[in-house]
Amino acid sequence: MRQQIIVSGIGGQGVLFLTRVIAQVAVNRHVPVLTAETHGMAQRGGTVLSTIKIGAFASPLVRSGQADVGLILWEANLPVHLSLLKPDGRLLVNAVDNGPGQRIDASGVARNLGNAVLANLVLLGFALKHQALPFAAEECGLAIEQLAPGKYIEQNLKAFQSGLDYAAQAAS
Amino acid sequence: MKTELMMGNEAIARGLIEAGCQIAAAYPGTPSTEVLQAVIDFRGLATDPLHIEWSVNEKIAFEVALAGSYTGKRVATVMKQVGLNVAADPFMRTAYLGVKGGMVTVVADDPGPHSSQNEQDSRLFCLQARVPVLDPSSPAEAKSMVGKAFELSEKYELNVVLRPTTRICHSRQGVAVSAPVTLARQANFQRDPTRWAATPAFLPQLHRKLNGKLAEVASEPDWQPRRTPGTGRFPRKALIASGIVYGHLMDLLDELDLAGSIDVYQVLMPYPLSPEFVKTVRGDYDQILILEETYPVIELQLAHPGAVGKGGDHVPREGELTPDVIHQVLAAFLGLAPPAEPAAERRGQRPSLCPGCPHRTAFYSIKQCFPQGIFPSDIGCYTLGMNLGAVNTVHCMGACISQGAGFFQAYRQDGDVPTIVVTIGDSTFFHAGIPALINAVVQKVRMIVVILDNATTAMTGGQPVPHMGLLADGSSTQPIAIEALVKACGVGFLEVCDPYHQEQFENLLKQADAFTRQADGGLAVLISRHGCLMDPTVRTQQESYRVTINDKCIGCRKCVDAFECPALKMDSDGIVAAVDQDRCVGCGNCIAVCPVKAIVKEVKS
Ligand code: SF4
Ligand code: SF4
Repeated sequence: MRQQIIVSGIGGQGVLFLTRVIAQVAVNRHVPVLTAETHGMAQRGGTVLSTIKIGAFASPLVRSGQADVGLILWEANLPVHLSLLKPDGRLLVNAVDNGPGQRIDASGVARNLGNAVLANLVLLGFALKHQALPFAAEECGLAIEQLAPGKYIEQNLKAFQSGLDYAAQAAS
Repeated sequence: MKTELMMGNEAIARGLIEAGCQIAAAYPGTPSTEVLQAVIDFRGLATDPLHIEWSVNEKIAFEVALAGSYTGKRVATVMKQVGLNVAADPFMRTAYLGVKGGMVTVVADDPGPHSSQNEQDSRLFCLQARVPVLDPSSPAEAKSMVGKAFELSEKYELNVVLRPTTRICHSRQGVAVSAPVTLARQANFQRDPTRWAATPAFLPQLHRKLNGKLAEVASEPDWQPRRTPGTGRFPRKALIASGIVYGHLMDLLDELDLAGSIDVYQVLMPYPLSPEFVKTVRGDYDQILILEETYPVIELQLAHPGAVGKGGDHVPREGELTPDVIHQVLAAFLGLAPPAEPAAERRGQRPSLCPGCPHRTAFYSIKQCFPQGIFPSDIGCYTLGMNLGAVNTVHCMGACISQGAGFFQAYRQDGDVPTIVVTIGDSTFFHAGIPALINAVVQKVRMIVVILDNATTAMTGGQPVPHMGLLADGSSTQPIAIEALVKACGVGFLEVCDPYHQEQFENLLKQADAFTRQADGGLAVLISRHGCLMDPTVRTQQESYRVTINDKCIGCRKCVDAFECPALKMDSDGIVAAVDQDRCVGCGNCIAVCPVKAIVKEVKS
């Protein structure tokens, strides 16, 4: 397996957690994985980007036009990070309005679950159901259970499931 | 072997614990912070006793660890690249005097820079200090270097620097872990004044010894550059890389189907550079491409007439060597088709102080009271006060107080002195602000120093500060009160106020200004005290309202632009302001900002 994934958002949206969940799935499969993350000043509400490379890679950074998948939690980042995506790459966007990529109001779905921050896992579920990521839902569920603090596991799994279900609705 | 997903900084921490490190001291700073944080988290694995401390600054951290090494124990100190400037004094002398127990200094560089005031290269610092430096290319390699660095340090009795960069520190990778060694060493300081207290009389001898050791270190078999041979498709050409850039290069060669077509060298120890390597490169190649961050350290030592690197015009001298940049450079060097120009870099959304941040209201009040003031500030979250127009200078840790003093002296010579309001965070105040405050009082400086006390080192994720009375592991210690320190520095005006109480805060600012202008006045200090909202207990304990904007809003943008709470934005038509309820923490601080009282609050049910 060789996959290059970008996760784009702003500080406070749980970009790092989503990054770790995806990387953990790879680790559980015993597949090499490298991530690069934004920490520091930008985490105070600024644009943040994570890159994830699964497979035999030596560097965690993604070159322009090389990402297979883009998970965009903050729509306004599209002009900043879209150039990283392959022309035929899969693009999943958390957005209310129409536009490029497959879209879901992940923040809205998460808000209904009680916390807009869960949009990260809603988007992950949505990406899985659309087969944008080569993972099984159970694998992601396991990674979420491994990484989320105990009292949030249930809520996180619910958010992930809502993403999966949302896609099912949209498809039917 | 067991593999765990770890950030580079965590991998380094794990390496320290596995190698039997017994003293780990650091001052936080991006991108290095998580190293000590992870040492704290992993401390349960250690089999030897382990002292961990968040020191007051990097110089102190270095000196504490250093003396630990004199007793024969393994020690480590961790800092970011500009932290090494603070620790430069003991660091430079340590090269001559050496160490006993293994000493590893982790210095995290920040090419870019992403979160720093410059992109200086600690490898070059090590060259000038004559300290061996290791340059890992991945989190896993960084971890594997730690144990070997201790061995190298003990073999030659030298401090050894491990230099990860941001892309190593904040990369995650599956990293092999093993059980920590048990060294069971007892502290045993061997008195040797000719070494540990060396006077100038002994230093030429120590310097000579150091140079002899460095010559041997340079030829250590474990640390020789690693060669991946090519097929000869590019005769008498070679690629030389170190650090994360080596990883970028290998992926790129792979993607361009060039893997194994040209000789590639990975430099593990950029200083002292292996003389055998220098000889090989000079003899076997006419043209070499050198890829390193951030300064031309390997290039300088190679002094190869056919070198293409940062010393010339072909490799950008500043900024990160990203895979896209390397692609351009490599294509030119090998005569490949040039890649498409990468899309012009766009910055995205700028960071800002968090919703409800106490610093925001303090800055807003300062700007309201003194629209014409001069505002020196400092390093930390509150640098973002720039967005509110209440930060005019940001330089280096603690500089704001001395800069404020310099502004005062320069203006006073001409007569009128504008109001000077200095803002400094609590952690920065302890780090380097106290000597500057003493100096300012002694030099009769009249200005206002606002100490932004949010009881944590917020920018880097909440490490304890001396007035909290907490140690790295969460146990308690003697708290050092800021008030007592300020008074002891001879300050004549001292008040403490929660900036959430905006009216009172502004009154105190005006009183402080009056004090700086009255005949028997002087320097005034106002402590702005409110916990950091990143701390969940602060957030749950403070009052929270449901804040909304009603139809009185005239769309003047004052709340959005001048106050710039990220939870406030203009609605989609850009006509009136709206509260983003996902992000609003209900502090109510924006209410006073609106000129037409359109922002209203109700108590949450
Ligand atoms: S109440 Fe106002 S200042 Fe406080 S977080 Fe909400 S919008 Fe921002
Ligand atoms: S809420 Fe008040 S300050 Fe904000 S735009 Fe409307 S009128 Fe201006």
